Amino acid sequence: MTLTAVSRRDRSGPGTKRRQDRPGAQRTTRRSGRLRRISLPYLLLLPALLLELLVHLVPMLMGIVMSFKELTQFYLSTWSKAPWAGLDNFRVAVDFDAPIGEALLKSFLTTCLFTVCSVGLCWLIGTAAAVFLQERFRGRGLLRTLFLVPYALPVYAAVITWVFMFQRDNGLVNHVLHDQLGIGDSPAFWLVGDNAFWALLTVSVWKGWPFAFLTLMAGLQNIPRDLYEAAALDGAGVWKQIRHITLPSLRPVNQVLVLVLFLWTFNDFNTPFVLFGKAAPESADLISLHIYQSSFQTWNFGTGSAMSVLLLLFLLVVTGVYLLVTSRGKKAKARA
Amino acid sequence: MPDTSGRRAVRSPMAAPPSFLWIRRIFLTVLTVFVLLPVYVMLSSSLKPLEDVSGKFQWIPSGLTLRPYADIWETVPLADYFVNSLIVSGAATVCSVVIAVFAAYAVSRYDFRGKRVFTVTVLSTQMFPGILFLLPLFLIYVNIGSATGIALFGSRGGLILTYLTFSLPFSIWMLIGYFDSIPRDLDEAAKVDGCGPIGALFRVIVPAAVPGIVAVAVYAFMTAWGEVLFASVMTNETTRTLAVGLQGYSTLNDVYWNQIMAASLVVSVPVVAGFLLLQRYLVAGLTAGAVK
Repeated sequence: MTLTAVSRRDRSGPGTKRRQDRPGAQRTTRRSGRLRRISLPYLLLLPALLLELLVHLVPMLMGIVMSFKELTQFYLSTWSKAPWAGLDNFRVAVDFDAPIGEALLKSFLTTCLFTVCSVGLCWLIGTAAAVFLQERFRGRGLLRTLFLVPYALPVYAAVITWVFMFQRDNGLVNHVLHDQLGIGDSPAFWLVGDNAFWALLTVSVWKGWPFAFLTLMAGLQNIPRDLYEAAALDGAGVWKQIRHITLPSLRPVNQVLVLVLFLWTFNDFNTPFVLFGKAAPESADLISLHIYQSSFQTWNFGTGSAMSVLLLLFLLVVTGVYLLVTSRGKKAKARA
Repeated sequence: MPDTSGRRAVRSPMAAPPSFLWIRRIFLTVLTVFVLLPVYVMLSSSLKPLEDVSGKFQWIPSGLTLRPYADIWETVPLADYFVNSLIVSGAATVCSVVIAVFAAYAVSRYDFRGKRVFTVTVLSTQMFPGILFLLPLFLIYVNIGSATGIALFGSRGGLILTYLTFSLPFSIWMLIGYFDSIPRDLDEAAKVDGCGPIGALFRVIVPAAVPGIVAVAVYAFMTAWGEVLFASVMTNETTRTLAVGLQGYSTLNDVYWNQIMAASLVVSVPVVAGFLLLQRYLVAGLTAGAVK
């Protein structure tokens, strides 16, 4: 057994590995070798697993527990002693006649509309750019690099620049729209009122489309060249080739891409937070910022957690249905 | 710049019709303007005197000055924030990459019970809204602090711990794909030559996967450098990172837009330069890992 011999010689392994062997010191080398072979993958996974547990899974479970508690600022350091609230927090969150529930519903609907618009535009621009940059031409490499700049810029630096551009009196947007093109009687407010939705959408698309572009560009590389050559021999023009080869070949990439874009956009906190500060105007009150505000302003973590749990349930259902529908579509295609 | 795409996928040599070329030209021009507009505003405004950015927007600065670049360090303690961001993002990146390499090696090279559960669980954490574990994590850190005296809340350590798990799932996922594409014969041969499993990982797999690892490191650094939500809750005066610190300029009574733009540019340079230099690795890593 080569592995036993090999592993005995391996002294460079991390300390945890040797510790694992200590209980089995009196066993035969063969058995400790097998033990090591079985436990090695787990040891390698251990750090990742522990951290995921500490930062993601345990807090998530705690969040679910917290949503059933009456957790106000008085119980912050002794949260486990907070009294149980049953379903009260959820009742408050979904009572759409009361102010809290009504605001949550409104924020949820705004987020849905925003997400659909943003993901649609990001995907459309990303696809178009990837397809147009598929063929070699002069300046293609430069454009590809430039297009990735919004993705590379830190969110706050990029969004703060947009805040400046959207300023009513000294911003670029009003200068172009009002002063140079003469649209509107007076310069518009972009970061308050109903216009804020469009401002947020613009920034979100500007920031988000390069990821779609990057992913689709990678996906385009997997399309075999013969397909295009065969199509060209059959007399198919460029547009036909795009429609019948490029776009269908991207379907598997799109399945993941659209889902990821949806989840990221729906949960986006950074963009509205930097764009509007702590209080977003109602027209652009995305759900993450809304929950953050209602939790940290009132220090009522119970209701905030209940809202988060509802959000998670919604995302789980949407993801499940999405994967089911898109996979079934794929299977039906394969059968046909 | 080396061409990473297009070798296999260059469309047919058949000449594209003029309609296609014109639509492409117009689309790409408009898109370039849209993409670069904020970059131009950032760059030009950072060189303008204060009167220029307080009044109506001007495409061409009336005069150029480097003053904002000198003033930014005094208006807010930007250097401190910069150092904090560097420590937090650097440490989170190093830890995240090392842990992801180990985990991806295990998944790629071993069969064990729970493998699928692990990959699915890790990936699904990506879809949880950050806000869901912000509140509990805040409480966990506060409670660990009061129970053991280890200050996680408000400290750089807590932020490092948080950030490294943010980039971990995607890093593991990408590296699994990368490691899978390295022939198993290579590490088997190394084992025959007397390397242990860990030796094989560091002597064979890691050197062969450098592009993937670089891509993962860039991704992890960018994630940590740009995060706002947890930075705004989990830092205090002394540990504040750039994500929160940059907002210090706009809460002042007079908004020094030229300084804000200068500071934005300064904090962007490390990541944008790194990203653009290493983008071909990122595209290659994405091709190997994410897009299959």
